[in-house]
Amino acid sequence: MMDPKHSSDTWISRRALLAGAAGVVGAAGAAMVKHTPAMADEPGAEGATGQTGSDPTKVPGRPASPMGRRATSERPTRLVANSPGGVSRTPLQDLDGIITPSDLHYERHHAGVPQIVPEQYSLLIHGMVEKPLSFSLEDLKRFPSESRIHFLECSGNGGAAFYGRRRANLTPQQIDGLLSTSEWTGVPLSLLFREVGASEDATWFLAEGMDAAVMTRSIPTKKAWDDAMIAYGQNGEALRPEQGYPARLLLPGWEGNANVKWIRRIELSDRPFMTRWETSKYSDPLADGTARIFSFEMDAKSLITYPAYPTVLNGGGWHEITGVAWSGRGKIVRVDVSTDGGRQWEPAQLQEPVLPKCTTRFRFLWNWDGGPATLMSRAVDETGYVQPSTQQLRDARGVGTRYHYNGIRVWSVSAEGAVAFAD
Amino acid sequence: MRGHVAIAVAFLALSCSGSREDVAVHGRIGAFGLGREPSVEEIERWDIDVMPDGTGLPPGSGTVGQGAELYAAECASCHGATGTEGPYDRLVGRVADDEFPFGRDPSVRSTIGNYWPYATTLYDYIYRTMPFGTPGTLAPDEVYGLVAVLLFMNGIVPEDAVMNAQTLPLVMMPARDRFVEDDRRGGGGAEIR
Repeated sequence: MMDPKHSSDTWISRRALLAGAAGVVGAAGAAMVKHTPAMADEPGAEGATGQTGSDPTKVPGRPASPMGRRATSERPTRLVANSPGGVSRTPLQDLDGIITPSDLHYERHHAGVPQIVPEQYSLLIHGMVEKPLSFSLEDLKRFPSESRIHFLECSGNGGAAFYGRRRANLTPQQIDGLLSTSEWTGVPLSLLFREVGASEDATWFLAEGMDAAVMTRSIPTKKAWDDAMIAYGQNGEALRPEQGYPARLLLPGWEGNANVKWIRRIELSDRPFMTRWETSKYSDPLADGTARIFSFEMDAKSLITYPAYPTVLNGGGWHEITGVAWSGRGKIVRVDVSTDGGRQWEPAQLQEPVLPKCTTRFRFLWNWDGGPATLMSRAVDETGYVQPSTQQLRDARGVGTRYHYNGIRVWSVSAEGAVAFAD
Repeated sequence: MRGHVAIAVAFLALSCSGSREDVAVHGRIGAFGLGREPSVEEIERWDIDVMPDGTGLPPGSGTVGQGAELYAAECASCHGATGTEGPYDRLVGRVADDEFPFGRDPSVRSTIGNYWPYATTLYDYIYRTMPFGTPGTLAPDEVYGLVAVLLFMNGIVPEDAVMNAQTLPLVMMPARDRFVEDDRRGGGGAEIR
């Protein structure tokens, strides 16, 4: 039986296994020492060897290789939305800890992933500055750098849960998979602003991408002086193309869209530019006939990632409930878990590191009595903000509001152990 | 000259403690001497944004008629012959009395006519990234024409309207005053915003 925490697409047909094993034997026979015909020389072959029942202690393993791969039994994948092609979601239910493997970081782009060679890249900073400058990638890397771990979340994340289009058979990935966490490395934007002599009267800047959308957002310069970064590194290597290679804007804790990828231009101004992506989109209509504009901060939120659909718990007794909590306004200070639909709440254990504007892993040991249960998690951040229920958000903003769906997620557990998305 | 002094100050600060704060305190314009000064032409080539007061709008003009022809050829396949059919974003539609019911009623589709606060944003957006398959290929006259016909289809300008750098910023959009500052502030207390 597969580990239900790592259940995505783990089964492999017997025919595929046999074919894979045959290939390994053939390749090994040709390339390796003749007395070890069964030696595995393909990265990933260890999975097949293990599952066919051979004893890995009796066969030399494969030699070193220039590029590692996942074990063949582990196949986490992004879930790509059918339309319009610019969305894929992170398999939250398959991940431990807080870091998202770079190849599983969610995607949201508005005109595809551009191909940019580093030699053609430059970042132009102009407008209300004393000295407009154009920085090559090499220039950016010569500035003092810093690395910080932050989440990114699309502000449209969780829409399916909010609008009541919810179905019981939704996975954490389908509900909230537009959330990922990376260690980002780059140059503080404040250093670049000093280098160009940003005017004290510049209150906004335009960030513009080098993609076919030439994506643009207006950002308060206050964020640049606070903690914004031009990032070129992700989890120890260069940014992935899907995350903005070779350089992107990173605005810790702010809605994903404003973190402009493939950034090529910054123009400082004394007012916002009112681009399509901050007026027609990414504004939040409210029940009172207005719409919030420039709603950047991501409020505190949490999500149980295990147990969750499609897990079926294997009998009563001890189970570890786990998930992630995050806030765009600082650190998570507490996560409460309820197993009875919110009547009683108990604090979960927070796994270090607990970092500001970053996902925090939480754990809660649960002794399931084998009866129907309703699992919920509730995050509290360092400002004192308590994650509300989805109904509270609907009541406050209206059932038609858009973006910032940070309501409490609810999972039901049947007496048979089947877990389903409930709210 | 000033650049040399600034570099010396910055590196002195770095060598004393190496901390970011020192750079922040002692940093001066051009302190690191990195980057190169772009030419005016270089800046102009990329500086294509258009602001609500019309800053950035280029010379040129377009009529509703010119825009209608171009819309049928370049836009209708994604947005529908009348801007309402899709399959992609609906462009045309008004709400009775120009109400703004979106927060209350998720079934009301937002359009240029009922949701966009600034007409200038249309020029900016179409010029930089439309048509989807061949982005950034339209000339200013063509974009002005498309803006004119989209505003006409939404009942915002008359059929004889001509859009240019002078007329476009004067167009008042129905949803112009609907947008409010974000009042979420985090923090404790019972109020959920």
